[in-house]
Amino acid sequence: MMPMVRFENVTKRFGATVVLDAFDFEAARGEKVVLIGPSGSGKSTLLRMLMTLERIDAGMVMIDGEALWYVRDGADVEPVTQAHLHHMRAKVGMVFQHFNLFPHMTALQNVANAPRHVLGKPKAEAEALAEMLLRKVGLGDKLSSYPARLSGGQQQRVAIARAMAMEPKVMLFDEVTSALDPELVGEVLDVMRALSVERDLTMLIVTHQMGVARALADRVCFFEKGAIVEQGPPEQVIDDPVHARTQSFLRAVRLT
Amino acid sequence: MQIVWEYRQLLLGGVRITLIVTVLAAVVAVLMSFASGLARESRHRILRVPAIIYVELFRGTSLLAQLFWLFFVLPSFGIELPALACGVLAIGLCNGAYGSEIVRGALRSVPRGQREAAIALNYSPAQSFRLIVLPQAARVMAPLFGSLFIEILKASSLVSLITLPDLTFQAKNIILVHLNTTAVLSTVLVVYFVIALFISGGAQRIERALSRGVDHTAG
Amino acid sequence: MEFSFDLLWEILPQLLRATVVTIEATLAGFAISLIVGLVMVSGMRARQRWLRFLSRFAMEFLRATPLLVQVYFLFFVLPGFGITLSPFLTGVTALGLHYGAYAAEAYRAGLESVPRGQWEAAVSLNYSRLAAYRHIVLPQALPPIVPSLGNIAISMLKDTPILAAVTVTELMFVANEIGSERFQYTEPVTAAALIYLVLSLAAAPLINFIDRRLRPEETRA
Ligand SMILES: Nc1ncnc2c1ncn2[C@@H]1O[C@H](COP(=O)(O)OP(=O)(O)OP(=O)(O)O)[C@@H](O)[C@H]1O
Ligand SMILES: [Mg+2]
Repeated sequence: MMPMVRFENVTKRFGATVVLDAFDFEAARGEKVVLIGPSGSGKSTLLRMLMTLERIDAGMVMIDGEALWYVRDGADVEPVTQAHLHHMRAKVGMVFQHFNLFPHMTALQNVANAPRHVLGKPKAEAEALAEMLLRKVGLGDKLSSYPARLSGGQQQRVAIARAMAMEPKVMLFDEVTSALDPELVGEVLDVMRALSVERDLTMLIVTHQMGVARALADRVCFFEKGAIVEQGPPEQVIDDPVHARTQSFLRAVRLT
Repeated sequence: MQIVWEYRQLLLGGVRITLIVTVLAAVVAVLMSFASGLARESRHRILRVPAIIYVELFRGTSLLAQLFWLFFVLPSFGIELPALACGVLAIGLCNGAYGSEIVRGALRSVPRGQREAAIALNYSPAQSFRLIVLPQAARVMAPLFGSLFIEILKASSLVSLITLPDLTFQAKNIILVHLNTTAVLSTVLVVYFVIALFISGGAQRIERALSRGVDHTAG
Repeated sequence: MEFSFDLLWEILPQLLRATVVTIEATLAGFAISLIVGLVMVSGMRARQRWLRFLSRFAMEFLRATPLLVQVYFLFFVLPGFGITLSPFLTGVTALGLHYGAYAAEAYRAGLESVPRGQWEAAVSLNYSRLAAYRHIVLPQALPPIVPSLGNIAISMLKDTPILAAVTVTELMFVANEIGSERFQYTEPVTAAALIYLVLSLAAAPLINFIDRRLRPEETRA
């Protein structure tokens, strides 16, 4: 079957820093992949490239069988049109570590705004959708609260509802529980676990918390210096890692 | 104080001119602030360079020099503007150069994550600007434009030096005829102060309306 | 219409002499404003409520009313109280008062930028109020104040032409006088505008330099 997400020979640099070098990666439709690895290894960059927040320097990124950037001669990356970006971004949604909720909108408006203005849904329909999603993440009583009035866990649940309202095929989560107080991690994790039963939704999850990895992953990838060192089901990679680097990383994580 | 009452018609007429100059110059300044502020943030050099020249030129030369230039020098190039137009243009252009910084700073104060969230939700660049960036920037701009309008009000007094009969002009005329100057000048200062209070009060109301939800104290 | 460089050359010495007056007025006004600002900000931080209110009011009033009218006020009203100052002193005093209010605001912002925790640490180490200001608070408050004061100095420079209204023979006054004598405004007024541009462009790097000298290592960019 055609993979939902595919990196082929992808290179990404920031000036002299090479983040990814001839990187290959695949995620199947509906697969829940958790990426773990040391700081600076390029996990966020990987997600941000899929969200078109970063460009690639060479190679090919495919989403749902379509190239994210046009590539000529295998090396030159051509500028893509705004229309193509718009088409591709519709397939992908992202939840950020620091929520990035719109502070000037209520929870309901945060979720309803893009369906209304980007998908062109009528106001009533967009708001009904937003209300339904906010109820689903347990925030039915916070519809008219502004983000500043919500706890971190509540803000992150709004952010998840906001991304889901656009009905993406791929959802990207970049350390979405890392900025939360420990007692708030559970409520966000519950929402993500509920999402993970949706069979067709592909999820790429970056985290430092092994509990999150265990709860959600079909497959865990240990990522270092822009390459996947070890991967497999969570029981194997987390509890019984083969590679020495994975072992020392996990020891360090457990200590914190 | 008797003298103020005696000349009330004259002084009120002056207030009228002061308000007209202030409002028109504020309109020019806001337009120029946005035009040059946005142009300076543009990716295109053709927009950036003229905007930078405009800002540096009008911030670097004195407002009074600009005013005199429009009033005394421009006619010798065959362009004779009425005094009101000179005043409005000079004050508006000069303060627009300062307002340019306000617009630029406010746009930059919106965190990058907001634009990234807009991209992730597939907003077009124009939608991202209109729906996400501008409303947040406006909250930052409101009090700063309030201060700019007070600067414009104060600057409007300079039109008295190019024969426009504003409040300052009338006060000066009365002083030249009468010896009792304290009452007239005190009154004029208080009138300017009261107008400034109205301006800052208005700016505060607008800021509060725009901050709904953003700070913890507002509804 | 053409621009006569001969005329420009002829009037340049006069304009440059007037530029000296402009610079003198700016520097004197700036010195006064630094002190006025200090007095006002002390008042705003005083223990007495009425003093705080009065200082605050004076600051708001001076900032919200035109410098030109303030200059007239000093020029026409003070003699009635037996105080007669030269036009130059009148103008410089007005500049100092007007921009003193801006300096007070700059001082206030700088002081408020020092986190409360710094005060609390000073108290916990038993510093006196004065010693806390001197050793803990001011060294941290100063760096953000310096660039604001620099901007104030540049604004003052560009407001010195207002002193022409009470016959101070600064640059704009002289340019205007030449213009009306010869019925030829183009050269003197354009030259004056350019001199202001040169002065304020020159002032910016000077202020940057002072700023860098005064800034402690750790906050340098
Ligand atoms: N905009 C940028 N400019 C320059 N370098 C960057 C930029 N973004 C990331 N990098 C560099 O790229 C490398 C990978 O960064 P990335 O944020 O992807 O790491 P990460 O695995 O997400 O780390 P963390 O666990 O700390 O979030 C790092 O060395 C980082 O310094
Ligand atoms: Mg990261």
